[in-house]
Parts: sequence; C-alpha cells; structure tokens
Amino acid sequence: MPLEEMIIHWKEYRKSGQVGDEARSYDYRWGMSIDLDICTGCGACVTACYAENNLPVVGKERFERGLAMHWMRIEHYWGEGEEPGTKRAPPAPRFPEQGAQHIPMLCQQCQHAPCEPVCPVSAAYHTPDGLNGQVYNRCIGSRYCSNNCPYKVRYFNFYSLHEDLQSPLEQQLNPDVSVRDKGVMEKCTFCVQRLQRAKNTAKNEARLVRDGEVKTACQQACPTQAIVFGNLADQDSAVARSWRQAKMKHGHVEHHGVPPKPERGYRVFEQMNTEPSVTYLERVRDDTI
Amino acid sequence: MEAEIRKDIAWAKINADVLRSMETPRRTYWLMVGGCALLVALAFFAYTYQYRLGLGVAGLNRPHMWGPYIANFIFWVGVSHAGTLLSAALLITRTEWRRPVYRSAEAMTSCALMTAGLFPILHLGRVWDFYWTFPYPNQRELWPNFRSPLLWDLTAIFTYLNCSLLFLYYGMVPDLAIYRDKAIGWRKKLYRALSLGWTGSDQQWRNFRIGYLTLACFLLPLAISVHSVVSADFAMANLPGWHVTSFPPYFVAGALYSGCAGIITLFILLRHLFRFEDYLTLPILDKLCWITFAIAMVWSYLNLIEFATAFYGGDRFDLEVLHEKATGPYAPYWWFMIVGGIGLPFLLLARRVRRNLAALMILSLVMNVIMWIERWMILAPTLKHNFMPYGWGIKWPSALELIITFGALAWFTLLFLVFVKIFPSLSMYEIKEMLHEHRDVSDRAVREPPPRPIAGAAHAAAAP
Repeated sequence: MPLEEMIIHWKEYRKSGQVGDEARSYDYRWGMSIDLDICTGCGACVTACYAENNLPVVGKERFERGLAMHWMRIEHYWGEGEEPGTKRAPPAPRFPEQGAQHIPMLCQQCQHAPCEPVCPVSAAYHTPDGLNGQVYNRCIGSRYCSNNCPYKVRYFNFYSLHEDLQSPLEQQLNPDVSVRDKGVMEKCTFCVQRLQRAKNTAKNEARLVRDGEVKTACQQACPTQAIVFGNLADQDSAVARSWRQAKMKHGHVEHHGVPPKPERGYRVFEQMNTEPSVTYLERVRDDTI
Repeated sequence: MEAEIRKDIAWAKINADVLRSMETPRRTYWLMVGGCALLVALAFFAYTYQYRLGLGVAGLNRPHMWGPYIANFIFWVGVSHAGTLLSAALLITRTEWRRPVYRSAEAMTSCALMTAGLFPILHLGRVWDFYWTFPYPNQRELWPNFRSPLLWDLTAIFTYLNCSLLFLYYGMVPDLAIYRDKAIGWRKKLYRALSLGWTGSDQQWRNFRIGYLTLACFLLPLAISVHSVVSADFAMANLPGWHVTSFPPYFVAGALYSGCAGIITLFILLRHLFRFEDYLTLPILDKLCWITFAIAMVWSYLNLIEFATAFYGGDRFDLEVLHEKATGPYAPYWWFMIVGGIGLPFLLLARRVRRNLAALMILSLVMNVIMWIERWMILAPTLKHNFMPYGWGIKWPSALELIITFGALAWFTLLFLVFVKIFPSLSMYEIKEMLHEHRDVSDRAVREPPPRPIAGAAHAAAAP
C-alpha cells in the first residue's frame, strides 16, 4: 500500500473488520460468538477439539505442570470466598447460582494480534480471511508469541508428545491435520482444515461458502448450541446477526461517562485493542432481570 | 594525588612481564582452565539431553515460556557492555588510567557476547532451524519478520560482536608485533600473520591512531543501542511489567553495573594469575570502584522510576505485577535484588573496601549475582502474573537450567582464560605511552624519549 493511501485511509487501516465494513472487501472474515447464558460448561467442545485437531493427551502429572495442549479450554472462576475448600461462607449470597462461573477460552483470532508482529520468522501471520495463521513448518519455537498473547491460548510442544501414542491409537488421528513435533507452537485454528475444504468446494461451484455450511468442531459438538460460527463479512450470517443483536461495536466498548450498556456482548480484554473475532454474550444473572 | 602506576618501570620490563604472561602463568591458571572445561562438558551433555527430549525437560511450562535461559542472555549481553563502553569512552576523553585495563575489559566484552549469543539459540524449540532468523537469500523468497524485536536483537548482537572483536584486535596489532619479534617456532608464524606486517613506522602509527579513534567513536553509540534493543524484546511486548518506557536506559544502566563489577572481578583475577601488581594497581582499581558506584546509583534511580511509572500510571495490571513482585512467591529474591543492588555499592565509598582485594572480589561477584537475579525478576513475576488469571503459574529454575547457567559461566571464563594466554592481556604500548607522559622531563634516566613508542625499538631494549 503506498504511503499516501495509507495516510488517507488511516482510520480504515487501523480499525479493520467492522461488520459489513466497506473498507475491507474480503469475501470472508471468520468470527464466532459464544453465549455464556446457554453454555453449561460441559466440556464437549474441548473433547471435540482434541479429536478433530490431533491434540495430544498429556496425562495428569504434565497437566498439573501446565503442559496441557487444550486449544479450547473451559476456564473456571470463583467469586470471593466461593473457592472450593474455603471454609468461610459468603456473607450474603448475591447470586442464586453459587459456585464456579465458566468461560470457554480459545484463540480469539485477533485482528490486531499481539502474537503476529513479534514472531522472528513470520510463522504467526494474518490470513486474508481474518485468521491468525500459524505455520508449523516455519515455526522455530522462540515462544515470543505465547508470551505476548494476553489470552494465553498458544500452546508449545515441549515434548514430542505424539510419541506417547501407542498402537493402534495413531489410527484415530485426523488425516487432515498435521501432527506436531517438539519445538513448535500451536493454537486453535478455527478448524482451518474444514474452512479450507468448504472454501474449495464453494470455489469449484463458483459461489461463496453458505452460512452454516461449515462448522467448527467445538460448535458441532456443543449440545446447547451456545457457539455460533460463520462469516462476519456476510451481513445475513447467523454470527453477524448474533454480533448485531449484542450491539457489538468493535473497538468502542467502554466510553467514559456513558452509562453501562444493556447489551450482553463483550470481547475479552477489549481495552487492549486486539480486536478479537470472538464475542461472548454475558450470562444473564437472576438479579439483573 | 597518587600516581596510577610506578614511573620508574623500564620499558624492557613491561615487555618481559607481559610476554611472560603468555608463557608461564601460575598453576591456578591451569586449575581454573581444567575446572571450567569440566563444567562446560557437563553443560554440553545436559544440553544434548534437552535437545533430544524437548524443552520440557528444562522445566519450562505455560505461562513461563521464557526462563533462566533468557535471563542468562540479558545478563551476558549486559556484562559485555562495560568493556567497550569503558574502553571507548575513556579513550575519547583521554583518560590515562584506562591504558592498563582496557585490553582485558574488551576481551571480557567479546567473550561475554560469545556466551550471550548461545542462549537465544539453545532456548529455541527447533534449534536446527535457527538460521531462519537471518535475512539470507533463499529460493522460497522467505524473509524474517523485520517487525519482530527478536530480529532487531539478532542484528544488534551480531553487529556489536563483530565491531567489538574488530576493536579488540585492532588495538592489539602493535603488541602482537612485539611478540612476533620475540617468538620462535610456530608461534612466530602465527603472530607474524596476526600482526599484519606491523613495523612501527610513523606512517603506520598515524593511520593506527586515526583508525582506532574512529572505531571508538563508532562503538560508543553502538554499545548503548545494543542493550536498548535487547530491552525492546520486553518493552515492545504488551505484558504488564515489560511494557515500560524506561526499559532501554534501565537495561543499559543494569548492563554497565554488572559489567563494571565484572571488570573488577577480572582485574583482581588477572593481577593474581599473571603477577601484574605493577600495572593493575590499586589506584586504578579505586577509580573502577568509583565508576561502579556511579553506575549503580543511575541503576537505582531508574528502578525507582519504574516503580513510580507503575504507581502513577494507575494501570491495574502494572500495579498488580509490582505488587506481585513485592509480596508474591518471588518476593525474597526481588527484595534481595532491590536492597542489595542499591545498598551494596555504598560499601565502595569506604576507602578500606576499595583497597581490599578480597572484599572487592566478593563484592563484585555478589553484585553480579544480584544483577542476574534482576534479569530473572524481570522475567518470572511478569510471566507468572499475566493478564489471564487462568494462565497464572509459578516456575523455579530447574536443575538442567542451573547446570547450563553455570556451564555458561564456565564457558565465559574458559574463553577469557584462553584469550589472556594467547594474546597480551595488557597493552604494552599503551602502558609505555602512559609512562612516557608521566615521566618527568628532567628525569636523567630517560635521555631521549622517542617521539612514539615504536614496537621494534621497544623490543630492542628488551633484548638481553
């Protein structure tokens, strides 16, 4: 892009990816929304991700050391004094639903991803359809991307974990997904192998991928259908409607002096201006109805 | 004011003393070489273990993607700083007492850089592909990512290593010529090649001076930029406790701090190993101590600046990381670093400490331990207490990392010891110049001081 053009279109250059943004006329911009009110935290998405993406199972001891490779994970949080094992009862139960709150956390596929500029060999790069690509073959394992990721959703192969697979378990590996060896960073790809296949099919038929034609593994497995995935560049797609309903306006969530918004949509660490592609719909509390 | 060096040392004695250091050191020297070689071998085997099994055996885990290896890297780049800066800055300011110290200080720079350069490579997940970070032409037309601070880092370190090696070698040519004139056998051939046909003519001295000063002027900003670039690895990241504007000067000050302490350590070591009491004198050590004190104060100030930025900035994440450092599981080390790093240099104000070799040796080593902890304390608490509470986790240095850390110390010492054995670790011609300028004109012992110390002539005086 020539310099003059960049200066003129600086705002568009900085703030990419508005829903239906005319500044970027790409065919695809993959996005997701996760409704925390429907999510039960059952972990089916995690299991599906393990099966789809050839994630290694590391075992209890390594899990405790923080070596688990769950691209999709269910994070649990407890309120003050509600942690398991705390003797002290909470003073006044504010929320009828006591105990853990949970949030499924996966790579947010940021549009301004902190992981991308720091990679010395450009193994982390941005694809035209809005994904954070991770090129395993190019990765040399400097691990800077993982340090710089605010969501801590990048997983490093500290061992050759696939060697633990005993025959005939290797038969269940997904042939569409490479098996990663030691020394390589990996993360959620929005099931790029499925996206690629759908795009190829659509291309052969000279059309775009239809909404709902491609599903990520986690979305497919979700029993309550809390996960909506699709093309944000398509105004009528389910995910674009979901984002609009949540009144998700990118990059402008917190305004000073504006009363709290009634909409449920938020993106994690919006203040960091990473522009994630995943919108979470806040859980509806009984006391807010 | 007392003289830095005795005025009545004969030029022939200088040559004899320095050249003897290249032939017969004390037995301590060989003991140290042996010990270091053993440690290096141990670390090498530890590393092959990690190479085969993966980085997990070093105890790394999420969120601690970087660990003591990177602390080692920053530490050794830091140690490398003082040598060149001291030599070049003092040369430009025409400081006399620089002359006996600078050669070993520059050697320290080059050896420390060769140690530092190991760490970014051996901490890579796929070491065998490390050359992909170089912008080399390839048929796939792939380039490294020029936006990555790691690439700037690589560029800066390689530039600095090349330039400091050049500076070291360039300043050594007249001394190599002296040894060439005296050596026999294969050494004669070696040093003849190394001394590049130096004859000590006026024309050569003239060009030499100009070239040396030019290199020094070039190296001075380069040295400052290198550690600023290293700090960019952290300051350019978005993590709380790393994303700090004052990091470049903070890193440079920290580098000079540990580097000056390193120079003091090696000063005492050389003085002992090669019996250099006449040249590496206590008044010079005294001045080194003052420089260390001044730098330590700059470092302390920048520490306080960093806390103040976190405090007044009001960013919640920054504040929490600062709180974590002061009260979390790493707190004992952090407080040891802060209190020791700021407090210990005040001991240097006491003349009794500055004149006590044993005390200075211990003090300078402790200072460097503190500076290593400082680097580790930049890494560990921030990574432990990152943005995502789910990703919090603690990590202590593992046995393998410690073996490789000590192996690196041994590797550095080994390189330095080998250097001082095969190259003159004191600058003979510079010491002669120093004596010449000090020498009283009315001194009868010197009838006709030559306009410049010419290597050949100086050696002629050394002949029995």
